[in-house]
Amino acid sequence: MQELINRTKELLADGTVARVLGWRRGDLPTNPEPAYFNDGESLSEFVYNGFCGANLSKYMIEASELDGRTLVFLKPCDTYSFNQLLKENRVDREKAYIIGVGCKGKISEASLNAIGIKNVIDVKGAELTDACDTLTIETLTGNTTCAYRDAMLERCHVCRGKEYVVYDELIGDSADTVDGDRFDEVRKIEAMSPEERFAFFKAELSKCIRCNACRNVCPACSCRKCVFDSTKFDSAQKANSDSFEEKMFHIIRAFHVAGRCTDCGECSRVCPQGIPLHLLNRKFIKDINTLYGDFCAGESAEGATPLTSFTFGDAEPGTV
Amino acid sequence: MQRIGVFVCHCGSNIAATVDVKKVTETALMEPGVVHAEDYQYMCSEAGQAKIAAAIAEKNLTGIVVCSCSPRMHETTFRTCAERAGINPYMVEIANIREHCSWIHKDVEEATKKAVILMRAAVAKVNLNTPLKPGESRVTKRALVIGGGIAGIQTALDIADAGYEVDIVEKTPSIGGRMSQLDKTFPTLDCSACILTPKMVEAAAHDKINIYTYSEVEQVSGFVGDFTVDIRKKARSVDMNKCTGCGLCQEKCPSKKTPSEFNRGLNTRTAIYTPFAQAIPNVPVIDREACIKFKTGKCGLCSKVCAAGAIDYEQKDEIITRKYGAIVVATGFDVIKLDKYDEYAYSQSRDVITSLELERIMNAAGPTKGHLQRLSDGREPKNIVFVQCVGSRCADERGKSYCSKICCMYTAKHAMLIRDKYPDVNVTVFYIDVRTPGKNFDEFYRRAVEEYGVNYIKGQVGKVCPEPDGSLTVYASDLLDNKQLRMSADMVVLAAAIEPSASVRQIATMLTASIDTNNFLTEAHPKLRPVESPTAGVFLSGVCQGPKDIPETVAQAGAAAVKAIGLLAKDKLMTNPCTAKADELMCNGCSQCANVCPYGAISYETRLVMGPGVRENRRVAVVNNALCQGCGACTVTCPSGAMDLQGFSNRQIIAEVDAICR
Repeated sequence: MQELINRTKELLADGTVARVLGWRRGDLPTNPEPAYFNDGESLSEFVYNGFCGANLSKYMIEASELDGRTLVFLKPCDTYSFNQLLKENRVDREKAYIIGVGCKGKISEASLNAIGIKNVIDVKGAELTDACDTLTIETLTGNTTCAYRDAMLERCHVCRGKEYVVYDELIGDSADTVDGDRFDEVRKIEAMSPEERFAFFKAELSKCIRCNACRNVCPACSCRKCVFDSTKFDSAQKANSDSFEEKMFHIIRAFHVAGRCTDCGECSRVCPQGIPLHLLNRKFIKDINTLYGDFCAGESAEGATPLTSFTFGDAEPGTV
Repeated sequence: MQRIGVFVCHCGSNIAATVDVKKVTETALMEPGVVHAEDYQYMCSEAGQAKIAAAIAEKNLTGIVVCSCSPRMHETTFRTCAERAGINPYMVEIANIREHCSWIHKDVEEATKKAVILMRAAVAKVNLNTPLKPGESRVTKRALVIGGGIAGIQTALDIADAGYEVDIVEKTPSIGGRMSQLDKTFPTLDCSACILTPKMVEAAAHDKINIYTYSEVEQVSGFVGDFTVDIRKKARSVDMNKCTGCGLCQEKCPSKKTPSEFNRGLNTRTAIYTPFAQAIPNVPVIDREACIKFKTGKCGLCSKVCAAGAIDYEQKDEIITRKYGAIVVATGFDVIKLDKYDEYAYSQSRDVITSLELERIMNAAGPTKGHLQRLSDGREPKNIVFVQCVGSRCADERGKSYCSKICCMYTAKHAMLIRDKYPDVNVTVFYIDVRTPGKNFDEFYRRAVEEYGVNYIKGQVGKVCPEPDGSLTVYASDLLDNKQLRMSADMVVLAAAIEPSASVRQIATMLTASIDTNNFLTEAHPKLRPVESPTAGVFLSGVCQGPKDIPETVAQAGAAAVKAIGLLAKDKLMTNPCTAKADELMCNGCSQCANVCPYGAISYETRLVMGPGVRENRRVAVVNNALCQGCGACTVTCPSGAMDLQGFSNRQIIAEVDAICR
């Protein structure tokens, strides 16, 4: 972390960047939050550790409108989101100075809770400089330890790799965190009968409180005016008139980001209700791979995408 | 609020017999915005239209719903009627209660229910309709004909004779097409080349016709009256301006082993070649796959012997971009592959041939110099069996469901020609039906049977077995005598089905012209608009539209030309006002719409956007109304819903769906 701060101070001092987009200590050690830093002094608040799961690429939409360059820290998976936004002309590459930061997998308090570690006061062993294999957790009921891996976000267990698809410089080491297949969960749902599947999604999506956290955090959901906030389509009202309104919202959202979703997993990370929202998107990704050949949104900021281009080899409607 | 009138048509008994039109009319009066509803026997008639005009005047109607036949049929009629009565034609919606309802249902109660729902959807839409105004676009006075066979040549000649410029694009090195491969033509038995070659020469010499051979259409953009087409002129490796057509290069070319496409692979050709003697242009091409110079870098004999210095190994493909007002598709046909018909031993015996191969054998310029002989041993056959309907009228997946139409006649022709020239040869024809509708066609077939003694047997051949002695044993059934036959033959000729050229799928996609399940191009109307594609400005000529013989092809080619001339004669066209429009306040500038637009109608500009709480420079989508065809691809791609189609807005569509689901 000190290396990041030192380099940031240099870039601020020599005028390369006008501001910094990073993470700041939150009200709890487990919830650092995205923040701008305008000078070297304010960097005392800066953190980068295992809890910094937040993907900062979407903030670059507004940062692209500001004067001067913004230093932004992107983890390997975040660079895909940035690239996708670049492709959609939503961010300005010239306005960004990207430092690719090392990642040894991201952890969360929710994951700790899930393995029975609750009332967390502090956590040690999650710094980038740490080995990141054991966490020492101070809780209201005493100290405990757990494997770093057990506190990791679902997305890190099926990480796409530690490659940076866009950056200006790299700082910090990464570690391989993969111990599962990205599409296993999707396959389980595919194996269900339609009734079981409906019941599954109804049970999950009905937890939704329409806080919009998933939409607001999603780098693909970057519309200036979301259809659900617009009076132009009656879609919001329509969703409200249905007893299972949440499905409308989430399914429409999944369709809107299809072919553009990089599977960054932020939707599921921020959901206060713990809904596995990424499953809908991942099903789309799996289907796109099957029907059009392997495709990864954000891998490139140029070129055709399967859902917005036509080729003679495209799947015919009857095969889908 | 709109003041809507609903007009329910009986269409004689077409609708009224299955739909309770009175009930539809009564229910309409209860719909939001509806202030008038009536039914009438024939809404499209003058009296019916007068009723609409009267209601518009009396009740101050602002919108109209006509519950009648398909909008394809009478939308224009009712729009014109409304316009005459003083309201915007785009305030008219059609509820199709005939094709979508009465014609496909039997139960009156159910059909009435559905008709009411369709009426409701249309009313819901009209409630959100806004007046639209068409623009104007210009017409480029030049036509493109894709395909240089008899269909394309005839169409081009007719258009050119009317005074318009025409370009023919032909993918092979010469124009002439399938007809140039034929020996004689039915029912008059005149020589194919004798009647085709003058047409080819006329087309080549015509000052309004420009021929691109060895060329293919690469890309099409634009719309009726203003197409922009990229034509790839493949590298001929021979300079067209220098070549004198002396043919010395072909004589000297040492690479002689490529199967001749023109002779259906029955003999070989050189790497530098003209497909046939009367080829137009009479300029050879180098087949770079076969050429030794291109393969190994050594040789160059053709260049050495060419006195004109026309050989150019460095020549590259050239892309020509041109504008056209009309496009005629005349891509023709090919014979189906017979790999799925192993029972006829086509791939096992060289003496089992297709009828098109027989044409080449019978032709004086063909591989056997016109001498009827077996390809295996050169012997003259004594017994020839013709098999009809190989892959035509086929019930299973192997062949085509349709009748190829020309086979009965050309088989009679072949049988007659053989019996005439070689009277000692026995000719047997196995057929399912002999179909000879056409002027002098049945007489022709009867001559084959009665005067030339051709043995016609009703029944299909089950199997052809090549024997060790070189003969072929034919197993067949005689349906009239109800017995199984086994006969020995020296040659078997298969009347293989014809199918549209393989390239037609790609061309149809480029033109956004629709094709049917057999890859034939679809007509705008099977009876009333048979030479027009549903895509405006695209016309159909020849077998690309359906199987037909030469007289029919020439007649259709002329008809397609007339339609194209009718278009080219106009100076301006009204454009469709149902085009896409971006709401700049909602546009993200993400370019997805531009990526999916098949017409290149969407561009982006950065400009000052102002709205409630907004005043900033943004990158936003801009639609070119002249290019937009209103397909709606952009509106479904736009993630924010900023892109909308005028006349088919998202709200209108949702309102229709809501009305249907109510």
